[in-house]
Amino acid sequence: MQPAVPEFAIRVSDLVVGFGRQVVIDHLSLDVRKGEILGLVGASGGGKSVLMRTIIGLIPRRGGNIEVMGQSIGDSRERSSQGAAARWGILFQQGALFSSLTVRQNVQFPLRENLELSQALMDEIATAKLEMVGLTARDGDKFPAELSGGMTKRVALARALALDPAIVFLDEPTSGLDPIAAGDFDALIKTLQKTLGLTVFMVTHDLASLNTVCDRVAALADGKIVAIGPMRELLLSEHPWVRAYFHGKRSQMLQPQASSKAS
Amino acid sequence: MRQLSLLLKRETVLTSTPLLTSTPLGDGLELRPGGSWTAANVKSLEALSDGVMADLDRSKSVKLDMNGLGELDTLGAWLLEKLSRRAASAGHQIELVGVAENYAGLIEEMRQVNRHSPAPARAPNPVFARLSELGRSAVNATDDIAVFLQMLGSLFTALAGVLRRPRSLRITSLVYQLYKVGWQAIPIVVLITFLIGAIIAQQGFFHFRKFGAESYVVDMVGILVLRELGVLIVAIMVAGRSGSAYTAELGSMKMREEIDALSTMGLDPTEVLILPRVVALVCALPILSFIGSVAALYGGGLVAQFYGDMAPAIFIARLHEAISVTHFKVGIIKAPFMALVIGIVACSEGLRVKGSAESLGRQTTTSVVKSIFLVIVLDGLFAVFFASIGM
Repeated sequence: MQPAVPEFAIRVSDLVVGFGRQVVIDHLSLDVRKGEILGLVGASGGGKSVLMRTIIGLIPRRGGNIEVMGQSIGDSRERSSQGAAARWGILFQQGALFSSLTVRQNVQFPLRENLELSQALMDEIATAKLEMVGLTARDGDKFPAELSGGMTKRVALARALALDPAIVFLDEPTSGLDPIAAGDFDALIKTLQKTLGLTVFMVTHDLASLNTVCDRVAALADGKIVAIGPMRELLLSEHPWVRAYFHGKRSQMLQPQASSKAS
Repeated sequence: MRQLSLLLKRETVLTSTPLLTSTPLGDGLELRPGGSWTAANVKSLEALSDGVMADLDRSKSVKLDMNGLGELDTLGAWLLEKLSRRAASAGHQIELVGVAENYAGLIEEMRQVNRHSPAPARAPNPVFARLSELGRSAVNATDDIAVFLQMLGSLFTALAGVLRRPRSLRITSLVYQLYKVGWQAIPIVVLITFLIGAIIAQQGFFHFRKFGAESYVVDMVGILVLRELGVLIVAIMVAGRSGSAYTAELGSMKMREEIDALSTMGLDPTEVLILPRVVALVCALPILSFIGSVAALYGGGLVAQFYGDMAPAIFIARLHEAISVTHFKVGIIKAPFMALVIGIVACSEGLRVKGSAESLGRQTTTSVVKSIFLVIVLDGLFAVFFASIGM
């Protein structure tokens, strides 16, 4: 009875998205393998978030197909949000925690809305999720306004993982965090990905997290995926934008340290 | 050998039904979870794990055999961990066998969580809680007064600065605010006051007709509108329309640190943001009250013509007799003071917004409620004042 496990978690083919006259995503195709961490890079305003939001159905598309876990995803108008909630979890850039609910209630929200379970078990599960993302049970009673940037991201991750989704979308998970907190967050994503067998789709600008946690990196330029593969391959890419991105001044600054560490 | 197998109705199509087989082994117990232990089946899972609790407590040693387990997620792993934790806390032997490699990490993770349950918050003494609430609200009330006076003070300081250096007045901002709270408010103010004037006149004619005092309807409409209602209705509408906008604007600027940014550039937020807004309101409200009063009188006149059978010429003649400039003055003098109160309350509530969107909403509501309340209180104080000086 068990259906054949799809090799790909997300298959995007020939996707076109635009606003008015502007075409942001231009016949883009992208496959995300099951159980990998895929990093998506691209210029600011180049359509990374648009691509992510189109896959999860927040932005209508003009053409193309999107398949998630072997199921075709309808347009934003016809998507079934109930099914979607269990299929994926989303970490929004600013956390998007509900400000009128406590941290614990935020994590419990998807559980409460989608499942029938006792309050006691819900509390335990919420605390378990909070501890999995490195917070304590005591943090559960705080309100989102009382949290630091790093804690907000962690709570948002706990909420995204509340229903044990197969896929997690992360929109710039380490932006606004100090390098130590960002490193911790990267490690957390890697650990959770291993324990829960997640597929992670991560939009990021953080070269360090691209290097350390991502199994593959996809570069988005001119509305298309211009290069995809492990970090090593992308560093060798000949595409001018990819070269500028990975061999620009900022990334060069990291090189001597990286090489001295390696030697 | 007694075999107890709990099978519950399958809830989803894709996942297989979860089950938990418990087999007594001497004075021990063997538990064999099977099927999908995932969030989708949580209802049956909770029943299953609760079902074996009694057996679990009776057994000296427990063996948890996970060979038959199909799928497992955090929720299922936690329920299994809860079973083994319950056995362990009772001092019983617990043994885990057949843990699939891909779930080992998850089960290990679950072993770490929920170890330290925080002490539940002590319920406070109800009498003490009520008293502390009362004290807190009393302190808050004095806080409110302090905030109001502070804002009034800083406003006048900023005004003095502007009077000393007239060039520092933000003309653009002032004109823009005047346009927003004055010019753009005219249609709605005219409409509402027109209707109020018409309603008062209609009620007057209807009731005064019974004792033949129809001609006094004009006196009533004229005095009521010019002295009280014109300015009061307009002030309440401005508090709801422009006061709330001020609070929301300043509040969202506070949330996005724009006000802090202004201060760090060496600018006084009161001078840059609040003074133009309050001055615009103080200029606009008398004008709006005047326009509103005229609209109300016009509404009254129309009703007099079509409902009270009173010719417009007679209405105007009666109005001339009934009202004097004093009535108009009494009304219009109040307008700038009311505007000042609305502006100060709206701006100080805006600056009290804290980080969250919820606080913005709460502060906006407070601003409108408080300014309408204060406008009415002020109107009462003015009534006492004018009565005592014989106006």
